[in-house]
Amino acid sequence: MNAPAAATLPPLLQAALRPLPLAPLDPLLGLVLRAVLRRHPAIFDRLGGHAQKSFGLRPTDLPFALVLTPCPEAPRIAAVRSLPRHGLDARISGPLRALVALAEGEMDGDALFFSRTLTVEGDMEAVLALRNAMDGEGLDLVRDVATALGPLSPLAERLGIRGRRLLDRLSRPRGKPAWS
Amino acid sequence: MELICPAGTPAAFRQAVDAGAHAVYCGYRGETNARNFPGLNFSHAEMREAIAYAHARGARVLVAINTFPRAGALDLWHRAVDEAVAAGADALILADIAVLDYAARTHPAQRLHVSVQAAAANPEAVRFYVEAFGVRRVVLPRVLSVAEIAAITRAVAPCETEVFVFGGLCVMAEGRCSLSSYATGQSPNMNGVCSPAGHVAYRQDGATLVSRLGDFTINKFAEGEPAGYPTLCKGRFATPRMDGYIFEDPVSLDAAELLPALGKAGVTGLKIEGRQRGRAYVESVVRAFRAALDALEAGRPIVSPGLLSLTEGQSTTQGAYRKTWR
Repeated sequence: MNAPAAATLPPLLQAALRPLPLAPLDPLLGLVLRAVLRRHPAIFDRLGGHAQKSFGLRPTDLPFALVLTPCPEAPRIAAVRSLPRHGLDARISGPLRALVALAEGEMDGDALFFSRTLTVEGDMEAVLALRNAMDGEGLDLVRDVATALGPLSPLAERLGIRGRRLLDRLSRPRGKPAWS
Repeated sequence: MELICPAGTPAAFRQAVDAGAHAVYCGYRGETNARNFPGLNFSHAEMREAIAYAHARGARVLVAINTFPRAGALDLWHRAVDEAVAAGADALILADIAVLDYAARTHPAQRLHVSVQAAAANPEAVRFYVEAFGVRRVVLPRVLSVAEIAAITRAVAPCETEVFVFGGLCVMAEGRCSLSSYATGQSPNMNGVCSPAGHVAYRQDGATLVSRLGDFTINKFAEGEPAGYPTLCKGRFATPRMDGYIFEDPVSLDAAELLPALGKAGVTGLKIEGRQRGRAYVESVVRAFRAALDALEAGRPIVSPGLLSLTEGQSTTQGAYRKTWR
């Protein structure tokens, strides 16, 4: 990923995505989460008790957010129109590209915070544990998901790499920082 | 000079070695090391694997066991020392005299370094550690000028000196600072955490970012203003004479330009701070400083590392190395 940290998706794309239903996203997100946790079970070791907590992830350049509960017994992730006011232990917000780079350890979380690209609220122990658990595992979302798809793996990896390149191409610095 | 790089996870450790670290420092999970943050640090098995990885690639491993034990609770620190020695650590970085005494008596062949947490800032203090425990190196606190570092290095030879060249800048006499304890009851000295995450809160007040530590508002960052860590030493204070930063601004140390001077001062170890940072930080900073060090040794000019985007407050300083009065 070579685009600057604060790069965001174009507003036109955000507007085009807004009317689309979220329900079809949930099975896909569930597949990604299970694939990552299957390939990186040590995440739970670093998360410890924080695995039971609920994290709100809000890509500021997408018209939806995610609620993640890593919980080893029943990991859950769901797309929501906006993060609930109550019931979340922590919230992490930033442009999609920065959130993906953070998850994969390609950008440093403290640097994203210093530059105000990323905002964090709530339980900071949980946020740090999640950040360190992901960074320490060296996630590769495309490869993790492709690996889980068995015979479809090469095709999935090719599609994933194209999707990543598209995200890089579409994400550009757009004046004001993408936090709010 | 030897480039000593931080690692908070095995992945960061491998990144540091692969990026050109001569040595990597790291610590065990728990309160025996001064970076005791959630989700960070090494299990005993991870430490053994990391040391094997480094040794296979010609890099050394320094294990930090550099907090001060609670009275009557030395066992945890003793076990960490024993485990690090058994794992093949090239040196132990220790701060507490009881832990140094245990390590020196129990493992007389083990190389020992004095941690920056011991705040050994003059030749007499360093000589005490050399004579009492046979230490081979002292990490100097970040409160000395280059001239002072040169004088201490000359005075304590053959004991080696090590200094920080990049990263988080602790401006206090390390190991003695009680600001975090004052606000939260926990400190880097005893618990391994400055401004522990469990006491930190961030809130968006409109476009303003408000950071709090315990019951204290540490800072308010206006829209677009680069942020810093929620530490009291880099907080903004309202005082009768002025409002603002009275100890230090949110800023990181960058002594890349001073590498030639530090070399002339006789320093052996150049340390990068940041065991709590991610792999991206470790990779970028280690690669940049290794290139600078190689350039220095080859007699080429040192190119600025260009690491501003990774720094606290998006700002750098040479700190006390170029001391000025306020």
